[in-house]
Amino acid sequence: MNITHPESLIFWSIIVFIILFVLLRKYAWKPILGAVNSREESINKALSAADDARKELQNLQADNEKLLQEARAERDAMIKEAREIKEKMISEAKEEAGAQADKMIKQAQQTIQSEKQAAVAELKNQVAALSVEIAEKVVKSELSSKDKQLKLVNDMLEEVTLN
Amino acid sequence: MFFVSLVATAQEHENTHNEEANDEAFNPTELINHHTKDSHEFHIADWNGHAISMPLPVILWTENGLVTFMSSEFHHDEEGKVIVEKNGMKFARVHDQIYYADGGLNFDEEHHVTNERPLNFSITKNVFTLMISAILMLLIFIPVANSYKKNQRAPKGIAGFMEPLIVFVRDDIARPNIGEKKYKKYMPYLLTVFFLIWIGNLFGLIPFFPFQGTLTNDILFTGVLATFTFLITIFSGNKSYWGHIFATPGVPKWLLPIMIPVEVLGMFTKPFALMIRLFANITAGHIIILSLLSLIFIFESAAVSPISIGFSLFMYGLELLVAALQAYVFTLLSALFIGQAVEEHH
Repeated sequence: MNITHPESLIFWSIIVFIILFVLLRKYAWKPILGAVNSREESINKALSAADDARKELQNLQADNEKLLQEARAERDAMIKEAREIKEKMISEAKEEAGAQADKMIKQAQQTIQSEKQAAVAELKNQVAALSVEIAEKVVKSELSSKDKQLKLVNDMLEEVTLN
Repeated sequence: MFFVSLVATAQEHENTHNEEANDEAFNPTELINHHTKDSHEFHIADWNGHAISMPLPVILWTENGLVTFMSSEFHHDEEGKVIVEKNGMKFARVHDQIYYADGGLNFDEEHHVTNERPLNFSITKNVFTLMISAILMLLIFIPVANSYKKNQRAPKGIAGFMEPLIVFVRDDIARPNIGEKKYKKYMPYLLTVFFLIWIGNLFGLIPFFPFQGTLTNDILFTGVLATFTFLITIFSGNKSYWGHIFATPGVPKWLLPIMIPVEVLGMFTKPFALMIRLFANITAGHIIILSLLSLIFIFESAAVSPISIGFSLFMYGLELLVAALQAYVFTLLSALFIGQAVEEHH
């Protein structure tokens, strides 16, 4: 290959290349590289923002979990307390009821006792009155004769000793 | 690479065969030279033995100032038979070189013209191809740049195709070789070189007008690009770069008279290798394809054509790869040399 008139291609190559370089640098490479760079930056920024958001979400979830656990624990505690209170109330009520019942039974017994005593006393009184009446009548009839009076006195005496 | 014109030239040869009674054998060397060298015309095709070509302007800087005319005034003459007279001067063209022809052409024993010649700044085929490549690049990349103004999101259309390539040059060529801090300054140069070489290589693979011409199989063009890389390298060379050349660290003083010439030579061999590598790779590919197709005419048998065409198709595919690969290699090595020049030594 023989080179003829080298100056033409060298001259035009330099001119065209420099013009092309200057034009492309100003109107193509700088805007393109700038746009690519800024987009990369914005993508990176968006990615790190997403990461942050994810972390925040995780934190939030952890918080929620914690809160939930706390709530659960509190609920459990409340239920337990309530159960205790219930049991306490029931046992108290039972005790109270037992005591009340005992008291009532005692009162009833006392009442019964006193009623019984009253009844016995009254019975005694009535029996005494009746006895007196009977005795009056018997005495009235018995004591109509001397024998009879004596006999009575003896019997009675006997009876008295029997009592 | 120019199938159309190749076939056309072949026809032309057939015609000459008929006219000159088969006394002129098919000369593949001439054909290959014709297709790989620069020219004042853009040969498009032949029709009935007449070359159809686009005339390109001839611009001459003569003793009497600037002279311009269209190359068609030579009527395809390459033998100095047609004399063009302009501004009172006569010009003749012999094998693509334009000479002063006042008083006829003188030849020496080896049939070389001994006439003086004017400085020739013609828009030759390769210059024309360079201009078309440059215009195409402007038409591709300025709209791409403008598309970013409207579209802040993911790139669309041509920008979507070009952006990965630009990012590739940035992330795989400039950044690792020049360094994170300084690569930005050299990006416009690297991108321009990468795409100009690639487009130049691909143009040579398109076998019809107005492509055809292969910029990168002209050693002058690759030499200009290599010189740019060389100039950028030496002008951005820092203290340690020059220190490495003129006072190579770790080398005894008495060795410096040997080391300095070696290192200075190294400065020039690097861009020289760039120039040769690109030129040789592209030219070799073209020569192989043309040779394979020439086989058909050498054997004068159509039976060879399946093999020729098969192999040249394979070479064509390989050339597509080489087109991108050589653009990559040139840009990569340019970035490497610039990186060596701006590297900070600790």
